[in-house]
Amino acid sequence: MLELKHLSFEVDAAGEGREILRDVSLTLPDGKLIVVTGPNGGGKSTLARLIMGIEKPTAGQILLNGRDITALGITERAKLGIGFAFQQPVRFKGLRVLDLLRLAAGKELTPADACEYLAAVGLCARDYIDREVNASLSGGELKRIEIATVLARGTALSVFDEPEAGIDLWSFQNLIEVFEGMRRNIRDSAIMIISHQERILNIADEIVVLRDGHVDRQGPRAEVLPELIGTASAVAGCRKSL
Amino acid sequence: MELDSIQKHLLEEIADLHAIPDGAYNIRSNSASAGRRSTANIEITPKTDVSGLDIHIKAGTRRESMHIPVVMTQSGLKEVVYNDFYIGEGADVVIIAGCGIDNCGMADSEHDGIHRFYVGKNARVKYVEKHYGSGDGEGKRILNPGTEVYMREGSYMEMEMAQIKGVDDTERTTTAELDAGAKLIVRERLMTHGHQRALSTYVVNLNGEGASADVVSRSVARDDSFQRFDAKIVGNAPCSGHTECDSIIMDRGRILAVPGLEANDVDAALVHEAAIGKIAGEQLTKLMTLGLTEQEAEEQIISGFLK
Repeated sequence: MLELKHLSFEVDAAGEGREILRDVSLTLPDGKLIVVTGPNGGGKSTLARLIMGIEKPTAGQILLNGRDITALGITERAKLGIGFAFQQPVRFKGLRVLDLLRLAAGKELTPADACEYLAAVGLCARDYIDREVNASLSGGELKRIEIATVLARGTALSVFDEPEAGIDLWSFQNLIEVFEGMRRNIRDSAIMIISHQERILNIADEIVVLRDGHVDRQGPRAEVLPELIGTASAVAGCRKSL
Repeated sequence: MELDSIQKHLLEEIADLHAIPDGAYNIRSNSASAGRRSTANIEITPKTDVSGLDIHIKAGTRRESMHIPVVMTQSGLKEVVYNDFYIGEGADVVIIAGCGIDNCGMADSEHDGIHRFYVGKNARVKYVEKHYGSGDGEGKRILNPGTEVYMREGSYMEMEMAQIKGVDDTERTTTAELDAGAKLIVRERLMTHGHQRALSTYVVNLNGEGASADVVSRSVARDDSFQRFDAKIVGNAPCSGHTECDSIIMDRGRILAVPGLEANDVDAALVHEAAIGKIAGEQLTKLMTLGLTEQEAEEQIISGFLK
């Protein structure tokens, strides 16, 4: 279970403090899929990065299964079972898809094992395992490989930062199926997805609306989604990310 | 001649040799031959005027390989060796060279290997050269390879050159002359550390119609080391050439990249690319989210980059 308690995050903008997140408190219980949505610039990605330890909060606490992890670095949090898929996956010259999946799994993977993770994200493994994770891969391919690295880790808490950003409609269709599959097999792990997409909101157990750096609304999908659909911000958000 | 354990280790590092290789070979150890074998198609004979070998590969030789490793374990040795390769028309061979120096003494050890390749019409050559240094003496390990390549019509040569560890000072010069339809591929990988210095110079002349060259260097400079990569492609005919220097700097390392292109024909298509920078922070972050420490992430990125 992940608990965020009174998290705030400020950046220094031209000598003045600018508040990105203000007093955000959230609980993500095991066995649940939570989708964080809201207008662009509302602080969603920052929230994801604070959970992974890529950024440090200026105030507040982060607890994982009751343990305060606020002061821990990225590596330590990863070892405690937090996984993270970047909105813009990183490219590496020389590292192959298989290398990256092996590092993610933390053990030697046979090409057959690696293929399972790639197949789960809709990639034909044979064509990919020996490819370098470099500029020769398209945005959609990279995005799926990024998700495969999180699958290969098998973490107790997986955070996906806008998985739909930068991919085409055809890939998106496939991606929804990937997340639907993850939802079905969630068991006692927890998933947080940052997204604008109605179809991703549709598979959420809970929805959090983050607006202007604070939690505007939080509740079960059945309550929150009808309120969101039809609002200007949700439609604009969907269009933008497509 | 028997090889001791240090010499055997050097052989493993530079040529992946654990035993006497199949096919033709010459093993040079501390300036003397430690073994030599010619085959029906590959004849190795020692030069009589200077130190070195003449290697004749018969026309039409198919899929044969030869090894010519050099190991040095005596501190203070300095040698210049001339090896000439005559590769017959239509031959298809792999040549594995390389030099390993172990210097535990106070005096500098130096091996300057001058290799000349005469590649016949439509012949294909893969040339692999690894350089390695070890030993904790104060004497330097110095390697100054000179490579000249003369490629006839329609020939193909792929050169893989690697120097990953332990060589204190190196000045590498490679020149190539290509006739019509000849193709040269160079893949250089270089890592320097400590106070090492590595200079690498290429001059490739594309002299015939349809000649092409692709010279790519990937390098890492750590600690206080210095590298200079100087690659020039000259297009004297309708041809295509590409040169690329891609480098990572760390610590106080320094790299100077000097890509050069000269087009003397209106149909010469020449491109160069050069990029130098430290490891991208987001690459480290990504690998750390997979559970690697920052140092482990750095090692993975570098070993992938130099693979």
